[in-house]
Amino acid sequence: MLTDILRASVAASAIRLATPYIFASLGETFGQRSGVLNLGVDGIMLMGAFAAYYAVYETGSLVLGVIAALVVGLLMGLIMAFISVTLQAEQGISGIGIYLFGLGLSELLFQKTVSTPTPINGFSRINLPILTDLPILGEILFNHNLLVYIAFALVPISAYVLNRTTFGLQIRAVGQNPQAADAMGVNVARVRYMTVTIGGAFSAMAGASLSIALLNIFQSNLTSGQGFIAVALVYFGAWRPVWVMAGALLFSTVNALQLQIKTIEGALGLDIPSEFAVMAPYVVTIIALIFASKRAEQPTALTKPFERGE
Amino acid sequence: MRTLIDRLFALALPILAVAAALLIGAIMLLLMDADPIESYKALYNGAFGTVNARSETLVKATPLLLVGIGICIAFRGGVINIGGEGQMIAGAVMGTYVALEFKTMPFTGTQTIHQDLPQYLTIAVCLISGFLAGAFWGGIAGLLKAYFDVNEILSTIMLNQISVQLMGYLLNGVMLDPRQRERVNHIPRTARIPDYAQIPRITWLTDIPIRLHYGFIIALVLAVVIYIFLWRTTLGYRIRAVGKNQRAARYAGINVRRQMLFSMCLAGGFAGLAGTIQVLGLQYRLQTDGSAAGFTGNAGFNGIVAALFGGLHPVGTIPASVFFGGLLIGAQSLQRTAQVPASLIITLNGLVVVFVVSSQIFIRRRTQRRAKEQ
Repeated sequence: MLTDILRASVAASAIRLATPYIFASLGETFGQRSGVLNLGVDGIMLMGAFAAYYAVYETGSLVLGVIAALVVGLLMGLIMAFISVTLQAEQGISGIGIYLFGLGLSELLFQKTVSTPTPINGFSRINLPILTDLPILGEILFNHNLLVYIAFALVPISAYVLNRTTFGLQIRAVGQNPQAADAMGVNVARVRYMTVTIGGAFSAMAGASLSIALLNIFQSNLTSGQGFIAVALVYFGAWRPVWVMAGALLFSTVNALQLQIKTIEGALGLDIPSEFAVMAPYVVTIIALIFASKRAEQPTALTKPFERGE
Repeated sequence: MRTLIDRLFALALPILAVAAALLIGAIMLLLMDADPIESYKALYNGAFGTVNARSETLVKATPLLLVGIGICIAFRGGVINIGGEGQMIAGAVMGTYVALEFKTMPFTGTQTIHQDLPQYLTIAVCLISGFLAGAFWGGIAGLLKAYFDVNEILSTIMLNQISVQLMGYLLNGVMLDPRQRERVNHIPRTARIPDYAQIPRITWLTDIPIRLHYGFIIALVLAVVIYIFLWRTTLGYRIRAVGKNQRAARYAGINVRRQMLFSMCLAGGFAGLAGTIQVLGLQYRLQTDGSAAGFTGNAGFNGIVAALFGGLHPVGTIPASVFFGGLLIGAQSLQRTAQVPASLIITLNGLVVVFVVSSQIFIRRRTQRRAKEQ
């Protein structure tokens, strides 16, 4: 009985913890499928997290919080698109610039406005009739806040858009062979602007899911590098939304286990240093990347800027 | 004449990038109700106004320069090293361990190093150990990239997190200061390293006691050495050939995979050296607050900024790291005098990176136009 409860609470918190990763890596999947690596995800997440937090802090309205995050995310995405598409800047490094910019600016704005981490009333868990009361399953699947459901709903939607729509076909064409796509009349720059901007909005929502749903607070460097993990998960998931989600769940499960490490140790009679528990997800990711790189083919034009008439 | 103009053009771009970033910073200061001119004056005085300020700036510049040298090697070799933070930690852990524990010579038994060896050799042993540990940590990412096709940006990010946890584990365990061990709530830090392993401070510059140490001189010398290495030796030529055009390098008979691994090892080694010198020259013990920045002060990332600003040239990275060291030191006095959060400087650093890489297009356009004319 006790182990059942433990399993259920680990599974439930794994699903919750996966939310920011799913938002951010789905957004990054769009960009990378079209050939743009945005390494600034963590910076955009931080800006989105602050925007959402501040809007809720000032107005108490969660809708305004989400809108604020989306606007900031679209703007940051647009800036990244301008840098990587129009100015054709080296994507690995310009992403670090965007990261530092978001890291610094979100803290600067926080210091100048709220300055002490004050908890807010974020999204609360939704009680569904019957479903939430189901034993075990109810706790694992049907006792989450709205943003969790939105994140998971975006997985099949993203897969559908990428695989079954004209826009998705254009994205994949631009990422595989921009010259050919251009010859077929696809506006390469426009497609990439759209995917990177969508990615920005998704990343900002990832930040918001931390600051107004999961943690209900903002502080300096709130994401502590989760955006970088999200980029890794895209490679891990071989640029397919469903596999990206699987990677996010694997990562968050290890995270959730690590949060419960003391209870688990007690149950198994082990003594694992907490540092190794924290380290585990990163080691798992590296090992996963080794296998992922063997089986997956990345978009051919990834990180390569496109110029007409070359 | 034309090449001279091209060179001046390439030199002017990073400076324009910084000017643009500072201009945006001025607008942000205005929005924060701070006087931009007064603020920048406070920033400048905090960084270069007094003897002590100048010394602190150079102390801050030392790890930036060392990490930056490594970044130059990696980028010239076609690998992107985001792992400076983790490699600094790996180097610092090993350097500190050797400084604390390596009291007996191997094989000969009991004699302690500080009795047998002159101080500079003891320090050299510690520095080389730190370099090798950093090279090992960078080498993991290099190996994964060269032989397993794992993107080095991703693996170095993971390795950064892993090294922080390893450091925490060691500092709470085997490397914990014996004096802290007795306490209930101990601070995770090592014992103070012995005097004979400490890098001496530079005393002949001024009568005022300053913290500037010979680590800065070491970094200066290494910047020149690496410039010669990259542009005047066959090994350096191979690294740059791989960075310029992998396929051409392969046809020329260069083992591309091995060169990538080698570049990552060197880059990691220099970051490791930066970490070791932070301990041996400045902090005299390794301490953690549970985050990477708690030890490195973000030098692993800021070193990238410095190297980019220095045109990915080791010698150019010297003034660049002094400039960014000054910005970081000045930011502290900006916070004190004008109540402007020091995070403003992180924001501006981000903008500098963005502007520098974005402006490369102007150089490319120029070369393209030149090619068309001929």
